[in-house]
Amino acid sequence: MGHEFLTVYWREMIRFVRFRGQLFASLVQPALWLLLFGVAMTSNFDSMASGTPAPPGVISIDYLTFMTAGVIAMTALFTSLFGGLSLLFDKNWGIMREMLASPMPRHHIQIGVGLGGVTKTFIQVMLIMVFGMLIGVSFFPGYSAIEVLVGVLGILAFVGMFALGFLFLSATISMRMESMESVQAMMTLLTLPLFFSSNALYPVNNFPVWLQAISTVNPLTYLVNGVRYFAIGSDFVSLGTEYAYSTNDILISFGALVAFAVIMFLTAYHTFNKATIA
Amino acid sequence: MSENVVEVRGLVHRFGDLTAVDDISFDVRRGEIFSFLGPNGAGKSTTINVLTTLLPCQAGTVTVCGHDIRKETSAVKSRIGIVFQDMVLDRDLTVWETLEFHGRIYSMPKTLRAGRIDELLKLVDLEGKRGERVKNLSGGMKRRLEIARGLMTRPEILYLDEPTIGLDPQTRLRIWDYIKNVNREGTTIFLTTHYMDEADQLSDRIHIIDHGRLIASGTPETLKSDLGTDMVYLVTGDDDATEPLVSAIEGVRSVKQTTKGLELILDEEGGKLLPRIIHAIEDGGVDIESVMLKRPSLDDVFVHHTGREVRDEPAHTNIKQQRFRRH
Ligand SMILES: Nc1ncnc2c1ncn2[C@@H]1O[C@H](COP(=O)(O)OP(=O)(O)OP(=O)(O)O)[C@@H](O)[C@H]1O
Ligand SMILES: [Mg+2]
Repeated sequence: MGHEFLTVYWREMIRFVRFRGQLFASLVQPALWLLLFGVAMTSNFDSMASGTPAPPGVISIDYLTFMTAGVIAMTALFTSLFGGLSLLFDKNWGIMREMLASPMPRHHIQIGVGLGGVTKTFIQVMLIMVFGMLIGVSFFPGYSAIEVLVGVLGILAFVGMFALGFLFLSATISMRMESMESVQAMMTLLTLPLFFSSNALYPVNNFPVWLQAISTVNPLTYLVNGVRYFAIGSDFVSLGTEYAYSTNDILISFGALVAFAVIMFLTAYHTFNKATIA
Repeated sequence: MSENVVEVRGLVHRFGDLTAVDDISFDVRRGEIFSFLGPNGAGKSTTINVLTTLLPCQAGTVTVCGHDIRKETSAVKSRIGIVFQDMVLDRDLTVWETLEFHGRIYSMPKTLRAGRIDELLKLVDLEGKRGERVKNLSGGMKRRLEIARGLMTRPEILYLDEPTIGLDPQTRLRIWDYIKNVNREGTTIFLTTHYMDEADQLSDRIHIIDHGRLIASGTPETLKSDLGTDMVYLVTGDDDATEPLVSAIEGVRSVKQTTKGLELILDEEGGKLLPRIIHAIEDGGVDIESVMLKRPSLDDVFVHHTGREVRDEPAHTNIKQQRFRRH
C-alpha cells in the first residue's frame, strides 16, 4: 500500500492545530465534563451506594473513578462521530474533487481522516486521565510502573479501535448526505441513545431486557468494559454492583470493536468508491 | 507519441431524462489549446467531469494518451491536470501547503515536488505568497494557484473549466497570459468558456456546443470566414416579406432569421452590396428599422448556428452545491 494517506493525515493535523478555538475547546471540554458532572454525581451516588459493602478481596471504587471511564468513552464517541464532518465541508466547499480526481486510491482518504481522528481522541483521553488523577480519580490502583504502562496501552487500543469504527461511520454519513443540517441531525440522533443505553454512567444489569439487548450491541459498552478493565482492574465494586471481567470477556469486547471497525471501514470504502460529482 | 492527447468518440451523458452531453466526438491534438465554447448548461462541465473521471463514462469511448478512461482510470488520472469551474481550494492551508499536498497525493518524490513548486510559483507570480493562507489571496491569485496546482505533475493535458469566470477584466487578461505561457511551454490545454473573446483569443481550435451537441468546429478564423467576408443584420417591419426580397440578390449567400434580426451572409464585400440590398427592400415596400454591416465575429458564428445569442450573463461562479451521486 502506498503512503498517500499520510498526506491526508498531515492536512488533518495542520487544520487541527491551526484552528486555535476548536483545539482549545476540544481539550477543555472533556475536563469540564469530568469536573462538573463527575464531582456532582459522585457526591450523590456514593452516599446512595454506601450501604453495600464490598465482598472480601474485592476493591470498592468510588463513583468518580467509575464514571471517568464513561467520560473517556463519551469523549471518544463525540470526537470520532464528528471527526468525519470535515469531509462534508471538503465536498461542498473544499478539495474533495481534487482528492477524488487524483490517482490516490480513495480509501486513503478515509484512513487519513481516521488516523487524524484517532490522534485527536488519544490526546483528549490522555488529558482526561491526567486531569482525573489530579482531582482524585483512582485509576491504576496500586499498579507498578509497568502495569500502568500496560494499562494505558490497553486503554488506547480500545479507544483507538472504537474511534476508528465511528470515524468511518462519520465519513460515510458525511459523504452520503448533502447538508450540514442533515448530518448534524443524524449525529444527534445517534449520540444520545448510544450514550444512555451503555454502561458508561451506571450498571446495565438492572435494565429491562430490551434495553439490555440494545446495550449488548452498543460498541460503547465494549469500550467502557475495556477501559475499566485496564484502568481499574478485573474485579471491583461500584454503585453496589460487582464487576468481574475475565480475560475472555475482554477479548470478546475487543473483538466486537474490531468487527465494528471492519464493517464501518467496508461501508466507507464502498461509499468512497461509488462517489461521483455532478 | 501519438498526435492526439485525447480522443473522444460518441460520448453521451445523461442525468435522468436530461441528456447533458449528446453524442460528442472530437480529438485534442498535442500542443494545442482546444476549447469548448457554449452557453450556460451546454454540457461543458459535464464533459470535463467525464474526461477527468469524476463522472462515469456512460456511453462512448474516451482515451487519454491511448489509455481507456474506463479500464485504465489511474493511468488517465496521473496524466491530467484540472482546474475546476468552482474554486476547489482549502482556504486554511497556505499556498505552499496547497501545492505540497497535491504533489504528495500524486506520489511525487520530495525533491521533485520542491523544485516544481519553486518553478510554478515563479510562473504564476506567487513567489511572495508562499506562506500566505489561501483565504487571504485575491480571486485572481486563487485562480493562478489552482493553475499552478494543475501543473504540478507536468500533465499531458490541462483541463481549464471556465478559468476566468467571476474575475475582473484586467485579471482575465493576466490569466490569459499565463495560459498562453503554459501552452507555449508545451502543455496541451482543454479549455471551456462561454466568453467569445476568451475562445477567440486563446484557442487554436474551437468546438461550439449547445444543448450537449457539437454544432460547429474549426479555428477561430475558419469559423468566422465560413460566415463569408461580411455579414449584415437587418431589422425590418416584416422579416418574412424581406427574406425572399434579399435572397434574390446576387452576392447574398444566405438569409436567416435570428434573435438579432435578419442575418445575411455575403460573398462579396458588404460596402458594395449594401445599397442594392436596401433598394430591394424599399422597392418591396417594407420598412427598414436598422442595418448593421460587420465582419463576422465568433458571436455571429454562434448566432448563425443556433439562431440566438449566447446570453452573456453576469459572470458567476457557481454557488450551487456540488452534488455527489452514487449509482
Ligand atoms: N448532477 C446533475 N444532475 C442533474 N442535472 C445536471 C447535473 N449536473 C448538470 N446537470 C445539467 O446538465 C446540463 C449541462 O450542465 P453543465 O454543468 O455541463 O453545463 P455547462 O456547459 O458547464 O454550463 P455553465 O456554463 O453554466 O458551467 C445542464 O442542463 C445542467 O442543469
Ligand atoms: Mg460549467
